[in-house]
Amino acid sequence: MSHKPPSLFDGAIVGPAIVDSFRKLDPRAMITNPVMFVTQVGALLTTVGIFTASADRGFIAHLAVWLWFTVLFANFAEAVAEGRGKAQAQALRRTRVKTMAHRVASGGRTEDVNANDLRKGDVVIVRAGEVIPADGDVIEGAATVDESAITGESAPVIRESGGDRSAVTGGTRVLSDEIKIRVSINPGEGFLDRMISLVEGAKRQKTPNEIALTILLAALTIIFLLVCVTLKPYGLYAGMVFSVPVLIALLVCLIPTTIGGLLSAIGIAGMDRLLQHNVLAMSGRAVEAAGDVDVLLLDKTGTITLGNRQATEFIPAPGVSEKELADAAQLASLADETPEGRSVVVLAKKFGIRERQIQELPHAQFIKFTAQTRMSGVDFGNGDGVGRRIRKGASEAIRQFVTEQGGHNDTTVMDKVNDIARGGGTPLVVADGRRMLGVVRLKDIVKGGLVERFKRLRTMGIKTIMITGDNPLTATAIAAEAGVDDFLAEAKPEDKLALIRREQTGGRMVAMIGDGTNDAPALAQADVGVAMNTGTQAAKEAGNMVDLDSNPTKLIEIIEIGKQLLITRGSLTTFSIANDVAKYFAIIPAMLMGTFPAIAPLNVMGLHSPTTAILSAVIFNALIIVALIPLALRGVKYTPMGAAAILQRNLLIYGAGGVVIPFVGIKLIDLIVTALNLV
Amino acid sequence: MQPSGWLQLAVYVVVLAAITKPMGLYLMQVLDAKGRTWLDPVLRPLERLTYWLMGVRADHEQDWKQYTWAMLLFSLVGCLFTYAILRLQHLLPLNPQGFGPVSPDLAFNTAVSFTTNTNWQNYTGESTMSYLSQMVALVIHNFASAATGIAIAAAVVRGLARHTTKLLGNFWVDLVRVSYYLLLPICLVFAVALVSQGMIQNFQPFTKAKLVEPMKIQVEKKNDKGETVKGADGKAVMEEQAVTEQVIPQGPMASQVAIKMLGTNGGGYTNANAAHPFENPTPLSNFLQILSIFAIGSGLTYYLGRMTKSQAHGWAVWATMIVLFLAGALACWWAEAAGNPIHHHLGVIAADGNMEGKEVRFGIFNSALFATITTDASCGAVNCMHDSLTALGGMVPLFNLHLGEVIIGGVGAGLYGMLVFVVLAVFIAGLMVGRTPEYLGKKIQSFDVKMAMLSLLILALTILGFSAWACMSQWGPPDPATHALTDGTNNSGPHGFSEILYAYSSAVANNGSAFAGLSGNTPWYNTTLGLAMLFGRFLMVVPIMALAGSLAQKKLVPASAGTFPVTGFTFVILLLGTVLLIGALNFLPALALGPIVEHFLTAQGKLF
Repeated sequence: MSHKPPSLFDGAIVGPAIVDSFRKLDPRAMITNPVMFVTQVGALLTTVGIFTASADRGFIAHLAVWLWFTVLFANFAEAVAEGRGKAQAQALRRTRVKTMAHRVASGGRTEDVNANDLRKGDVVIVRAGEVIPADGDVIEGAATVDESAITGESAPVIRESGGDRSAVTGGTRVLSDEIKIRVSINPGEGFLDRMISLVEGAKRQKTPNEIALTILLAALTIIFLLVCVTLKPYGLYAGMVFSVPVLIALLVCLIPTTIGGLLSAIGIAGMDRLLQHNVLAMSGRAVEAAGDVDVLLLDKTGTITLGNRQATEFIPAPGVSEKELADAAQLASLADETPEGRSVVVLAKKFGIRERQIQELPHAQFIKFTAQTRMSGVDFGNGDGVGRRIRKGASEAIRQFVTEQGGHNDTTVMDKVNDIARGGGTPLVVADGRRMLGVVRLKDIVKGGLVERFKRLRTMGIKTIMITGDNPLTATAIAAEAGVDDFLAEAKPEDKLALIRREQTGGRMVAMIGDGTNDAPALAQADVGVAMNTGTQAAKEAGNMVDLDSNPTKLIEIIEIGKQLLITRGSLTTFSIANDVAKYFAIIPAMLMGTFPAIAPLNVMGLHSPTTAILSAVIFNALIIVALIPLALRGVKYTPMGAAAILQRNLLIYGAGGVVIPFVGIKLIDLIVTALNLV
Repeated sequence: MQPSGWLQLAVYVVVLAAITKPMGLYLMQVLDAKGRTWLDPVLRPLERLTYWLMGVRADHEQDWKQYTWAMLLFSLVGCLFTYAILRLQHLLPLNPQGFGPVSPDLAFNTAVSFTTNTNWQNYTGESTMSYLSQMVALVIHNFASAATGIAIAAAVVRGLARHTTKLLGNFWVDLVRVSYYLLLPICLVFAVALVSQGMIQNFQPFTKAKLVEPMKIQVEKKNDKGETVKGADGKAVMEEQAVTEQVIPQGPMASQVAIKMLGTNGGGYTNANAAHPFENPTPLSNFLQILSIFAIGSGLTYYLGRMTKSQAHGWAVWATMIVLFLAGALACWWAEAAGNPIHHHLGVIAADGNMEGKEVRFGIFNSALFATITTDASCGAVNCMHDSLTALGGMVPLFNLHLGEVIIGGVGAGLYGMLVFVVLAVFIAGLMVGRTPEYLGKKIQSFDVKMAMLSLLILALTILGFSAWACMSQWGPPDPATHALTDGTNNSGPHGFSEILYAYSSAVANNGSAFAGLSGNTPWYNTTLGLAMLFGRFLMVVPIMALAGSLAQKKLVPASAGTFPVTGFTFVILLLGTVLLIGALNFLPALALGPIVEHFLTAQGKLF
């Protein structure tokens, strides 16, 4: 389940956001955003101008109001983004309040304490039906746990001490049994708490790209400040006195207020979108890095393939019918409890072989599959098929069995075996006594839809590498079928780390998803390390994101969210800068018209009067922020394409659009302002 | 806009495109300390001797700070050397006319002007400078400042091409190799070619010739003490003077003109610069001169492509420059061909367009083309009077200066200026493809953005700031009550403002061409223009070198389908947009008060 995003302007969020917009006017907070800080100072000076000006007070008052709106709209954008993020996080956190915990005190007795008083290292006992009071590791016992509160997945999961499934999350409920948990965090330090602090303005740290963009915007602001300040003496040279409010109006229109006002909202909304996908990010930097990922490491099992190999084909030896082989294979697999064995029974059904139960054959002696014998089968005593000894198993084991029975190696069967192995499958040979009946092909089943997803990744320029413990032959075949670009076969945990380092030395950014303790070093080394929520605490600490759904293909969505975040920033920056063209055409003729009426043809929009022109530009500048809040929160639509195609599209929409739209917008506002006779 | 003009323009672009690759390939060798050229047998020993004399180890490369310090030190010493000679010329030999020392402010202005590749001339050579000053103090910089610009460009390109290193090359090696292998040989050939066209190259005294048609001119009346006599209205009293003789200058002109053009210096041998019949005798000499202005700058884009192993990127940068060049040339040509609206109102159909201030031999097209090219590059040589261009025609050179002369640009300076825009374009649009912006595999991070924006900030700050200061000073605006002109400007209204704006734009952009009309040789203008030239060159170069140093240290991200493309049509459009939106928009209000207002007022019949 993914948490439903609240509608863009949910009343519960908008109300507090409006209050916050005013609270954020505090200059100490504003100074972190140079563009809006300058706007605020401009608004303040214009407000003072209402009282000091000798003429045009109404006009100046209108300007002042709209300049304040510009600042407030920007604050509102940030407040709404924060509100949505917090609402999202609170929904997750709500579960954990007012939980009582049974803490194990010295001497082994338990005491009941408030969950908020638990400290890292405390040991608590949680019984069936109780809520787990804090994040921790199971140190004793095993239990089924309902984690639907955080994952939305209703099927309970098993959590047990030791191994890779020992981590439990606060707020989830134990359904059966009793477990002892060692608390792994102090209050306020949980993943959720960290996530919440990321969306809250005060504690939010700017990401590297955000810092670079802020520098660009600040520098542009300084340049435009200079443009407007020097315009005063230039005007004096020409015998014109430009009033300060008009120069401020020009300044605010020229500086990139649109992106300046929406920048932090975009960042917060990116986190929020991750949260909607049930992913907790530990830092904004990680979200941004996700957009930069060049290489994706994916474990084969569980990510690319369904958990187990399955029988897909019966290949009979010469003179044996397919049905005969299927029948024998089924009999030999009845005692094979492994998923592979069961899949043989399932496949046999397709050949019209009725599913038999062990009980139906009281005289038969079943031989279970073991890792040592590497085969399973059945020996018939009395009754049907007296003396038949059917076996199914690895080719080596069966060959030995057949030889022991006095039979000999069937080369045609062995050729098939080799063919299958070369094709990436796993061959199982079926023998009846001294006779080899044929081969069963076991195959890894690649999950549906992956080929398309990897293709999408490839168009995004991302290389996928499959990590598998299989031999290179098998790995090649699966890699080809799933459409991954590369694979690492016979991989040990340390190989994973080495691979990540190698790719990083080559300048590439690596993302991986993992769950086990032995994944921790690789998760820490990867630029984007996503730990599954079912994974160990060590894995979660090492990664910079946690996927609450523990869905290995989630990485693809994470990457898309990261890209979308950067695209939204870039697009709105382009749009903001491109807007300046129209604003110049609105304001410059208006400023000069008084002294040089000849300049009228430059008023290409045909704006009503100098005052309506300037006011319309300022109003447009303020309203465009509000108009773009939904886009900033939702993010610019991202379709996986090559960089060149994306660039072309966005350049057209936000670059060319950014030049054209304000011409239309300012003209419309001018018509309204004129009709209302505002100034 | 006659067909002959179109044809010439086409020929110019085709020839320029054709020489770009050979020039780029030659630059590859020149700008490589181990590079090989066919001049090696002659020049290699000289090169080694020079290193030995200078104590330079040719194989020792420098990081960006060392490189920049070396460049600054060299420029400082060169500047002081020139300043000293100008101030002491009365004590030094080769001063037969017995000129006194150059005034401190003029000496400062001139020394800075030549050191910064500007060649703004606030003096009249024949009445101020001794032969020694002309031939040693000034000419040395025609080579040195050009070589310095190319060296910096080479260091910046190396910063792009290399990775995980701090080293950007050796300034002294670049300086020496560019001078010996590039500038000197080409100038030698070029000068001979110019002589073949009739350009003079001699050491004869000036010739005096009797005018066929004696003429009378109006001059200010002087009293016995040599002071201007002023009438009751405070204006100078004019009197008639007969002119019967003409002084025809002589001298080693071709050799000076060759480096003036090739090194985008632009300081004229004669006051009339490339409009003078000796300094620009034929259409072919005119063509060769404008070709040589762009030759090295154009070749450097090929060098960029070669070095970064992305030739398509080099051509994309070249194409962007050429589009901007063509737009400017066509606009200027159109405005000049359209002529003066006042003439049209009077019923005078000037078929030739606006011929005021133009050399009749060159006409509208070649004057407009020359004006565009000389300001696209930081050359500053002129073959027409920019002040006499129509308002819009004159806005083209001004606009070119405001872009920071990135359209091919001054030798070296044009490329590194354009690369700043490339970095910004890649940063802004790079985000739009959903990755941390990468330029040729280098991530553009906050430090790089800071340095790129810093150099833009300095350009805008210096041009706009100094112009504003001048407007507020007593040398700026005419008296509001009497409309009497000040000591500084000779024109009132928007045109006077354009003159001030042009002067500082030309100085900061290190161009050196003038809109004239401004009395530059005053302590105020000498000092402020000098400072503007210094800021425009050296304050801009430091952040750009820091940017190069930062890029050189970065890891190389291998290209993939997700990599931001810096080649092709889209990139050219993007770069154009960035140059125009980020570079030019800042100057729009100032241009509105100058040429734009003037244009509309002229249409109404007002002149200034």
